[in-house]
Amino acid sequence: MINLQSVRKVFQTKDGEVKAVDTVDLTIKQGEIYGIIGYSGAGKSTLIRILNMLERPTSGTVTIAGKNMSELSSKKLREARQEISMIFQHFNLLWSRTVRENIAFPLEIAGYPKDKIKQRVDELIDLVGLEGRGGSYPSQLSGGQKQRVGIARALANEPKVLLCDEATSALDPKTTDSILDLLVEINQKLGLTIVLITHEMHVIRKICHRVAVMEKGKVVEEGDVLNVFKNPKEAITKDFVKQVTEPEETVDTIKQFIEEFPEGRIIQLTFIGGRAGQPLITELIRNYDVDVNILQGKITQTQNGPYGTLFIQIKGSESALARAMEFLNSVQVEVEVIHNA
Amino acid sequence: MLSTWFPNVQWDVLLEATKETLYMSAISVVVTFILGLGLGLALFLTSPGNLWGNKFLNSVIAIIVNVFRSIPFIILIILLIPFTRFIVGTMLGAEAALPALIVGSAPFYARMVEIALREINKGVIEAAKSMGATNTQIIFKVLIPESTPALVSGITVTAIALVSYTAMAGVVGAGGLGNLAYMEGYQRDNADVTLISTVLILVIVFVIQWIGDRVTSALDKR
Repeated sequence: MINLQSVRKVFQTKDGEVKAVDTVDLTIKQGEIYGIIGYSGAGKSTLIRILNMLERPTSGTVTIAGKNMSELSSKKLREARQEISMIFQHFNLLWSRTVRENIAFPLEIAGYPKDKIKQRVDELIDLVGLEGRGGSYPSQLSGGQKQRVGIARALANEPKVLLCDEATSALDPKTTDSILDLLVEINQKLGLTIVLITHEMHVIRKICHRVAVMEKGKVVEEGDVLNVFKNPKEAITKDFVKQVTEPEETVDTIKQFIEEFPEGRIIQLTFIGGRAGQPLITELIRNYDVDVNILQGKITQTQNGPYGTLFIQIKGSESALARAMEFLNSVQVEVEVIHNA
Repeated sequence: MLSTWFPNVQWDVLLEATKETLYMSAISVVVTFILGLGLGLALFLTSPGNLWGNKFLNSVIAIIVNVFRSIPFIILIILLIPFTRFIVGTMLGAEAALPALIVGSAPFYARMVEIALREINKGVIEAAKSMGATNTQIIFKVLIPESTPALVSGITVTAIALVSYTAMAGVVGAGGLGNLAYMEGYQRDNADVTLISTVLILVIVFVIQWIGDRVTSALDKR
């Protein structure tokens, strides 16, 4: 659906060249939710703007739905852009227009007749849950409602691709979740391909199927969200994964437990995919002669299945511990002994 | 009663002069609005990084605007005499004041238009582009509607400046309240005529400001 080949974007500044996007190759499949994560300045904003040619790449090719975007005439590009919508961090609504008129805006641009516009706007208002707010001006709406208008406006022309530029970064956590739920709903209902950029791993975890991690203009790591969570390779990826899996206080807690309960072993279990749902600990206690003390744990849901970590302390005789470890290693759980008394 | 307070005022002449001032102001405001909007849009759109970004064109327009904005109005009237004769055919009467009024105030308003357009959130223009809008659509559906309150308050300020320009134009024979105050009031030493002309000009200015404020706040949905 979307294919990027050796895309580069170089800005000339007073301090010399800045490589905002440095030789990026990406393939995004039809109907998937693809996340690009990075800290600010990583080049992700530039990258997403290259997809709809708001920024022209310095070199490389961008192909969307079979069209080479950088070679389109300006008329063809405008037509192509009607199929690639965008939503923004700061919503970018027209304050002089009501909700209805804002949603009608792209339809006016596309030259829809008046009666068709009215009908389509009604559908969209229902779709994003803004019934009864059609006559309000953006200044009268909350952030979440503004982003709903932004989404409705983006969907008006029935696009194939939706680009989300930090779409939830200006919203509070609860509103963020409701907007993310709406994006998933749209993705499933309309089969829309969604590309989003964010600096929050929470967003990737909650709705993305695949993720690319950007640092200094390059994509340093890429893959299925669950695999990246399971096996983060780069330091930056590990940082991002920690944002959602490891509560910050864990390290301190474990230290404290080591001091308080010096006997036995402290083990970190990492669950990936289906296994997180199984009664592993019950089996462990029932079948092996060990005591299990749960220190801390967190399981998060991703679009490809659950992912979680659990810290436990096991006590027992040396042989019982050995057998218990054997069992843990035999199931599909990653085991890491953190402390061995 | 009025004749005891204002013994030298000829009321029919005063009425005529007021009409002339209103006529000159109204026509020049309308034309200034259209020309200034066009010039201001051109200034904004040709600025670097904008829709028609063109450094050369931008500096040419900027120079023209700056030159005509900087010439003192009273000198501009004199400089424009040949032009006015060519266009209007005479140097006398309200019509003859119009070219100078417009040439003097359109560049002034153009700068205000440019400032108003710069105030527009860049993201909104980007959003319109991302929807496949043409430049014409961006101008008429985004730039102008999103800047209307500033455009209206700008034309209010310009209109008030124009009223005082008409008074100056009056001195060189264009008629109106300025002419009356100068010829009948100052030259013939009738202080009451000067006073009443001033009061009428003030009334016109206050009314313009009041209308401008009302329209601006009605349009502003931010």
